[in-house]
Amino acid sequence: MRPIWNDTKDLDLKSGKYVKIWQGPQHPGVTGNMALEILLEGDEIMQLNTHVGYLHRGFEKLMERRKYIKCFPIVCRICVPEPDTNEYLFATAAEDLAGIEIPERAKWLRALNLEMARLGATIMGIGGQAGSFGLGTIGQWSVAHRDLILDLFEELTGGRIYHMYMLPGGVRHEPPAGFEDRLEKVLVKTEKLMYDIDKVMFNNYVFKSRAVGLGVLPKEWIKPFGVTGTTARASGVKYDVRKDHPYLIYDQLDFEPTTGTVGDVYERTVLRKKEVLLSVDLIRQILAKMPRTGSVRTKIPDILHWKVPAGETYVKAESGRGEYGYYMVSDGSEYPRRVHVRGASYTHAMALLEKMAEGVTNADIFGLMVSLQTCPPEIER
Amino acid sequence: MKDMIERLASKFNIKDINEHKSNQVFFTAEKIDIEGVILYLKEFEKYDQLTMISCVDYIEDGKFQLTYLLRNYDLNNDACIRVYIDRENPTMTSINELWAAARVYERELKEMFGIDFPGCPRVDDPFVLEGWDTIPPMRKDFDTKKYSEETYFPREGRTKKDPTEQMAEKMYPVEEEVKKSITKVFRDNSK
Repeated sequence: MRPIWNDTKDLDLKSGKYVKIWQGPQHPGVTGNMALEILLEGDEIMQLNTHVGYLHRGFEKLMERRKYIKCFPIVCRICVPEPDTNEYLFATAAEDLAGIEIPERAKWLRALNLEMARLGATIMGIGGQAGSFGLGTIGQWSVAHRDLILDLFEELTGGRIYHMYMLPGGVRHEPPAGFEDRLEKVLVKTEKLMYDIDKVMFNNYVFKSRAVGLGVLPKEWIKPFGVTGTTARASGVKYDVRKDHPYLIYDQLDFEPTTGTVGDVYERTVLRKKEVLLSVDLIRQILAKMPRTGSVRTKIPDILHWKVPAGETYVKAESGRGEYGYYMVSDGSEYPRRVHVRGASYTHAMALLEKMAEGVTNADIFGLMVSLQTCPPEIER
Repeated sequence: MKDMIERLASKFNIKDINEHKSNQVFFTAEKIDIEGVILYLKEFEKYDQLTMISCVDYIEDGKFQLTYLLRNYDLNNDACIRVYIDRENPTMTSINELWAAARVYERELKEMFGIDFPGCPRVDDPFVLEGWDTIPPMRKDFDTKKYSEETYFPREGRTKKDPTEQMAEKMYPVEEEVKKSITKVFRDNSK
């Protein structure tokens, strides 16, 4: 028996019933470029092929020619809205191979940085989801609110979009004075924003009538398609790397992964809203429990001539879109032998979208695409 | 984890077992066994999610190392299977019937390393690169610098000009003409 994902329809393209159109590569709410080749019958999609390649920058190849420390400006550019996961994983993979243990305070600061990045990316994701259904106002609110978080990042790290705050051995420096108070003010504003979005978006007739029942992802498809993150949790698969493989200090925090049951676009968006509130809660817990003294960096060998011992490792973390992983192989030289980036949306964006698009109307394909948290930069690397 | 490795070792020839983390194990399997090993792990040990397929080029040994990473939801651990295949005419069994996610990975490996996966749908379609006619780019013997020097040419730089002449000729042609037409200025102080 052929598996469902290998079932292909025999369509008579010369019958005159079908129209082939191209959508993209620019889409509302998707950070990156990816073209969709759509075969329509009336308004219904019969077949969808995805085409990537608009963003290929050869990062994995470039990293093989650079020393470890020089890879940091590259890795953060793999995912634009949430670069910190990449920085954290690259640093952790190198530390893992070299057997370096980072100080306790650095772990808390890394977790704080990761949660702030997740907060910003998820809020913008909600805005993108609203924008894909024509609710542009919420997109403007969310982007404006993300700017407040970017201001905090600028204070903490010096950069707004790409931070390069986490380096092998810990983090670069202490947060500035008064940072925590300003962060708390933004958290309060975030809660207010989520209250507004709740009223305007989740109780909106247009949004509800279009999103409820659209793109239902059955629970049985999660494992074959390798889906993780909120997309999988919305369908009832309770897998969160922060809980199941606790890294940094996540085992000391008290939280429960958000889950849903239905697995349609509406549920996935509701889960993103819950993720925002969870991140707010986690940041408050981190601020309350974080040790206030101690070093933020451990001493590591000369960073420009750092020879990482030979070996291979796979490290992972929960990004806003699912499990993010780095597979790093070292041959004992100053350069990494191979770095493979397992992007969270690698499989959602291509194999799963192509299957789920069948039967969806042409106007709803953007909403479906954004709800799967497609991120083309991490497909191409 | 140790039990799983013991059970697997009793059925297949596996070696180089490396368990440097508590929830992750790396081991090497024979190429001929790979379908059996993966199917056994999926069906009997519940390693039922494919996290990734990756490839490392060991050009000095003439080998490619393929890494399959499977995940077990109940035990929360990862099994990483290494397989070595020849670098000349590399071919590998496709596992697209077991996981849909494998299709994209295999298609990418075909393009980036030139490893063929017969039977995988759309494996020959270009993934990221279009009209690529040299050796696959992620192989170690592909020289990125040489390729870009041969394929892309630098634009000609701007020619240098004296700024005063340039301004005089291009910007203020009228004033310049007027200036040239007046050859001498007489000044009579007697009046």
